[in-house]
Formats: sequence, structure tokens, C-alpha cells
Amino acid sequence: MFRLEVRTSTPAWLNLALPLLAVAATLVLCSGLIALAGAGVVESYGVMFTASLGDSYAITETLVRAAPMIFTGLAVAVAFRAKFWNIGAEGQLLAGAVASCLVGAIPMPGALAMLLMAIVGAAAGGAVALVPATLRVKFKVDDVVSSLLLNSVIYYALMALIEGPWKDSFSGYPISPPIEDSANFPVLIEGTRLHLGVIVALIAAPLIWFLIARTTLGFRIRVTGENPEAARYGGIPVERVLISTALMSGALAGLAGVGEVGGVHFQVMSDISPGYGYSGIVVAMLARLNPLGVVPAAIFLAAVMTGAEAMSRATGVPAFLSDVIQGTALLAMLVALLFTAYRIRRVGAAS
Amino acid sequence: MSTPAPLIEMRGITKSFGAVKANEAVDLSVAPGEILGLLGENGAGKTTLMNVLFGAYAPDAGEILIQGAPVRITSSADALAAGIGMVHQHFHLAPRLTVLENLLIGLPGKGGRIDRAGGLARLAEIGRQHGLALDPDLPVSALSVGEQQRLEIVKALFRGARLLILDEPTAVLAPSEVEGLFSALRSMAAQGLGIIFISHKLNEVRALTHRCTVLRHGRVAGRVDDPANTTSAAMAQLMCGHEIVPPARGPSTPGADVLTLDGISTSKHVGTALREVSLTVRAGEILGIAGVSGNGQRALAEVISGMRAPDTGRMTIAGQTVSRFSPREVQALGLGRIPEDRMTTGLVTNLPLADSMVLPRIGSEAFSSKGLLKPDAIRAFAEEQIRAYDIRCPGPMTRAGALSGGNLQKALLARELAFDPKVLIVSQPTRGLDIGAARFIHEKFLDMRAKGCGIIVIGEDLEELLVLCDRIAVMYEGRIVGTLDSTDATIARLGLLMTGAEGRG
Repeated sequence: MFRLEVRTSTPAWLNLALPLLAVAATLVLCSGLIALAGAGVVESYGVMFTASLGDSYAITETLVRAAPMIFTGLAVAVAFRAKFWNIGAEGQLLAGAVASCLVGAIPMPGALAMLLMAIVGAAAGGAVALVPATLRVKFKVDDVVSSLLLNSVIYYALMALIEGPWKDSFSGYPISPPIEDSANFPVLIEGTRLHLGVIVALIAAPLIWFLIARTTLGFRIRVTGENPEAARYGGIPVERVLISTALMSGALAGLAGVGEVGGVHFQVMSDISPGYGYSGIVVAMLARLNPLGVVPAAIFLAAVMTGAEAMSRATGVPAFLSDVIQGTALLAMLVALLFTAYRIRRVGAAS
Repeated sequence: MSTPAPLIEMRGITKSFGAVKANEAVDLSVAPGEILGLLGENGAGKTTLMNVLFGAYAPDAGEILIQGAPVRITSSADALAAGIGMVHQHFHLAPRLTVLENLLIGLPGKGGRIDRAGGLARLAEIGRQHGLALDPDLPVSALSVGEQQRLEIVKALFRGARLLILDEPTAVLAPSEVEGLFSALRSMAAQGLGIIFISHKLNEVRALTHRCTVLRHGRVAGRVDDPANTTSAAMAQLMCGHEIVPPARGPSTPGADVLTLDGISTSKHVGTALREVSLTVRAGEILGIAGVSGNGQRALAEVISGMRAPDTGRMTIAGQTVSRFSPREVQALGLGRIPEDRMTTGLVTNLPLADSMVLPRIGSEAFSSKGLLKPDAIRAFAEEQIRAYDIRCPGPMTRAGALSGGNLQKALLARELAFDPKVLIVSQPTRGLDIGAARFIHEKFLDMRAKGCGIIVIGEDLEELLVLCDRIAVMYEGRIVGTLDSTDATIARLGLLMTGAEGRG
């Protein structure tokens, strides 16, 4: 018989090993589904891998897809560090996309347009995140519920926009007008979609890491998250820290939307985000809320998404497998986290 | 029944955590009707041993026998089935459920239904037998801490416990409640129950127990067969491995006022509000605040440490009037603060110890500049304090929660004293600490006093206050009802004031 026993300390190697174990467990669990769909497990994963990371073009495509999830992953990681339960990265992303699209459609010099798109998009995301944060600080409203439900509010507001005022009068498609060509983010490698926003996302991760680990604000965020009472006793303005965290988290999620508008779609449509905001939660958990871990975690999920489509074409396994892998990865990681606090012990080995 | 088989016997229990042997070849037995004291400093292995007995840990070696028959206990359910009940320091009750409902949780009931009538009858019977009366329909959240503890004991008896383990039961009780607990325990023992009583307070151990087992560094350091006639000093020596001398407090030479409260009142406060509290602490003296818990001590500590602004009244620190009553302000004026609850208010258990040690001053030049942390300075500070205060831990990056209570208290003391406070407020400074750690804390207070720091100690342990304080003020229902010089103060006089029997003194 086995049982769980409380650990007195967590060995450092576990922190690195657990996400890898969770990923491995996910792939093993999902191989059953592949087999059920009548395809070869090794072959299917092989196709997935080649299609997402097999050559330099595939890698750029995976990075393009990873960029919004790096931002939403950072958004969630920052928020969860302060125990501000921001499940609203999806809505904040959409708000950022809409705001940046509005700005990008105004004719002005390209560099200025991009800068303004980023600022306004981040501000819009931050403003959305401010709602659940304020409700929690002022009225003790549960932030999980309020931030989650706000996603629907933002989504349907966006739908109203693109079905209403923004609707293309010529084609009748529910899409926004495109942003100015000059506002399109520059492509870094000719013949790929690798745009400026991807580099910004890759730079954002170490910056956010620095902020959390090396600044007084980061210290206050960590302490507030782990023990608000001790934080308050120590003179940290807990409410203000929560609000700052929410603004930062929302701004990061907003930037995910900015990148999608400026670098990938150049306009807003209803499916501009295939759930990048929710994937951000998976990314942040796989990264164990470490901003540096967000990058590999986002790339992993992006590779699964890109690879799943190719796998579906090659082997006939439905591309929905990518969603299953994402969900399973989250569950596997949550289970894996158990082992940071507990260890398995055999009972009765002595007798 | 001349020599009854031990109710419970633990033989050769060994349990290691990594390289640390928390228990090594520990033998322990309790006879029916016996109250066994289990003594030892923090980290001596008492809690581990009891967790083995209660099924939370599997021992690496050794066996447990109940009435002579070996048993395997791998879960608390096994322990309950074997007739072992445990009252933890932190209660395991459902606050929204009533007393009766808490008792019936997890019981099979009668034909799939809750056996309310049977439960009521059994509760009444236990109450009558041992003087443990409880109102069955009150929600647990409405009970005082003492009543919650009573419920935990009743719960164990309810499930047919023949051996009851109590882990520092008196730490949460007011002095007046302790005698009630003891008479209940004596009554249970008289009916043949075995009791293991874990405590640091040697006078209580001597008053209550029939026999003691003393642990030190995970091993049995010795046994005491006649605690009532063994001196506390002798027992303390067994626990610590060396002699413990109480600190000597020389005469005080008080200087200027470093903390004054003038007509401080609070309202809208959870617990007892303050009513017109005035007091003065001078440089180089220790003022004690005595009182039965719940008479406004919490509000007093919160106001002084800047957690709550009073409605009326004035407070000064080192001559400066406090205006905003924020932690930062009182700290900046030179107030050092050590909270009552180390784990929840003082430290951040999941973060490195170093973080907790710099927490209140993270914004100061010492630990950050222009919003950037100085990690090397933080680490160096923590390392220096760990050395200076002999805080036992692998290093500054250890999770604070992994430290024992005594070491945590040292860390909190270090983080305040490092900044030479002009006045220090501390609540329950040695609650839950072993003799060695308590002695260390007391010495530090006396050192600070000699250096001209004014100290205000809020406490319930009158003996401690009498040893430590130059003056003792007594709180009753939110007021200071009297202040005695320690030369005039006796436990009897303080006790009288604490019950509100004597008027303003």
C-alpha cells in the first residue's frame, strides 16, 4: 500500500522535473486516444513534432503561435503570484485587440502607430482586469467568478462591434476594418510570419521575471500572495499591490491581443483568439508561475496546436486532440504539484 | 488488575526525515488510568512521535502494542479504531456546524440516518461524567477557544478513545480555564483512560501528570517517576541537557517616555474594544500587560503596532505624535513589533526565511534602492542574524515554515532588534516555546532594556510577566484597571485585578 506523506522540503531538481513529468504523462495518456482513433502513436507524435519543430519555417510558425500564450501565460503567472485569480486573460486579450485595432486604423507614421497600439492595447487589458480586482478589494467579490464571467461580456461586446458598427459593408463579413498597412508589425525573417511582437514577447518574459524576483514591487506581490496578513502587518499596502498586479496582468494579456492584431490578423474577428487566454492558465501552471518557464511552456502548447493540425491531415486523428492534450497537461501538472508538498511512501515496508 | 498491561506501548520507534532522525529508538508506555507527561524542547521529536502513534507517519522501525497486542496504525481512522484520540494544537472542527453535528461527523449513524437522539444522550453523559458540558446546538464558531478544545476532547471520548493525546492543550487557554481542563483530565484518568499530556509548562506537568517521559534530540533523555516531587529545574535540565538559570533582572533606571497612550478608545472592532486606555512606557523599562485573553489586548496591540487607528485618543512614540497609525509610520518613529501569531501575522511560511526577515523594511535603503531589491544585502542581513541569534536552519533561503516555533520567534526578534527600536511591543513572546528558547528571548529583552529600549509585553503567563516586567498593568473589559510595580505584584493580586474584582488601582 502507498500513502502520501508531508515533505519537510522540496528538492530543487523536482521543480524542473515535475513539468517534464507532467508533459510526459500527458503524451502517454493521450496516446490511448490516438490509438482509439486508429492511428499509430509513434507516427502521429512524429508528425506532430516535425510539423511544429521539424524545420525552421515550422519553428517560426510555432513561435508565432506561442507569442500570445507567452503574454497570457505571463499575465496569469503574475496574477497568481499575488493570488489574484485572474481567469480573465481571454477577455483582456480581446479588449487589447479591439483597442489596438481602433488605434491601428488611424493613419499615422508606422512606428508611432505600433507604439500607440501597444500602449492602448495594454491599457485596455489593464482596465478590464481592474474590474474584478476592484470588486475584490472593495467588496470582497470572488475574483475567479468575476474575471471569468467578464470574458463573456467582452466577447459579446466584441461580437456586437463586428456585427454592428464595424461590419464590412461591402462583403458583409463580421470583421473589423483592417489596420493601416504602415501599422503592420515588421516581419523579421523574409517568407515567414515571425513578427516583431514575437520578439517583444520573448523579451517580456525575462523582464517580468526580473520584476517579480528583483524589485520591491515583485517582493510585495510575492508576499501579498503568500500571506496577505503578514504583508499587511509588515506595512505592505495589500489592496494597492493587488490593484497594481491586476493592472500589470491585464496589460500583459492585452499585449497578446495587440500582437495578434498587429502581427498576424491585422484586423479583429470573432475567432481572433482560439482560447489563448485560457491556455495562458495552462502555460502559467506548467511554468510553475515562473515567468522564465512561461516561454518553454507556451512553445510546448503552441507546438501541440500547430502539430495537431498537421497530424490530423496526415493520420486522420481529429485536431481536437490538441485541446485534450492541453487539458490533460493542466490536470497532470496539478497532480504533479502535489509532489512538491508530499511524497509517496510505502506503508508497512518495515513489518 | 494488580499490574495492568500497558494500555499502549511504543517500542523502539525510529523515524527519519532525510538525514534528520526525528525519533530514534523511542520507548513509551501508558497504563490505564495514567497521565503521562511528554516533555521535550521544540524539535525534540514529541510531535513526530505522536504523529506516528496517530497514524500520520509510518515509523521506519519499531512497533506499537495496544494492551499487549501489536497493531499497525497507518491512518487516523486506524488510530481511532484502536481507541486513540488526539487533541491537536490547532483544532479540527467544522466552524459552521453545531457541536452535535461535529460530534456525529464520520459516524455511521443508524440505518443511514443521523442518530441525533443517541448523540445527544451520549454527549450529555460524557458532559456529566467529566464536567465537560457543551450546548449541543451551538455552532462551533460561537464557542470560545476553551470550549472548542472541550469539544475536541468530547469528540475523542465520543468515539470511544481509551487513550487521549493532548498536544500543548494549555497554550490556548486562559489561566482560569486550565484548572477546569485538569479536573476533567483527572476524572477521565480515574475512570481508567490513559492520557498523554504534551506541554512546555513544567509547573503544569508537575501538577497534573503521574509520570513523564522526556525527549531530547529524538531520543528518550530520561523518565521522571514522581513529577510532583521533582523540581522544575531538574526536569528542565533533562530537557535541555544543561542547567537553566532564570535571567536576573537588575533594578531599572527608566528614562524618558518612549511610548504614551492617552485616552485611546476604539469601536467597531472584532473582539473587545478599548475604552479610554492611557499608559506610558519609559526608556529602559519593561511594562507588562496582564489580563484574561479577550479583554482588549488584541485591540491594544493592533493600535500600538499601527494596524488600526483608534477613534479617540493620542499616541506618541519617542515624543512624536502618531497621526496615521500605519505600520510604516510607527516603524519609522522607532517602534519594533512582534506579533502574537508568528505563523499567520509574522512570517510568510512558503517563502524563504530571508524574505520574512526583511519584510517590514523592504522599502528601506538597507534592502532596496529605487525599487530594486538588493538580494546580496538581504541575504547577508539574514545570514548575519541567523548567526547572531543562533537560528537553527539550513540557511536564509530555507522556507520559513520549516523552522520550529522558537527559531521563528528568534527570527522575528532579530528582524526588529536589528534596527534598534526605541520601544518594542510584543504579544505572547514565548507562547509555545520551549524553556531554552524562552530563556533566550527573555535575555534579549533584558539586554534591550539595559540599552534603554522601552518594552511592552502583552501576555497571559503571569509568572513570565513577574520575572520580566518592571511594572504590570492589568486589562479588564477594554480598560486598564490597575498598574502594579513588580515589587508589589503577586499572582494573587494580579489575578484579582484580572477578574475585575478590584477597582481602579
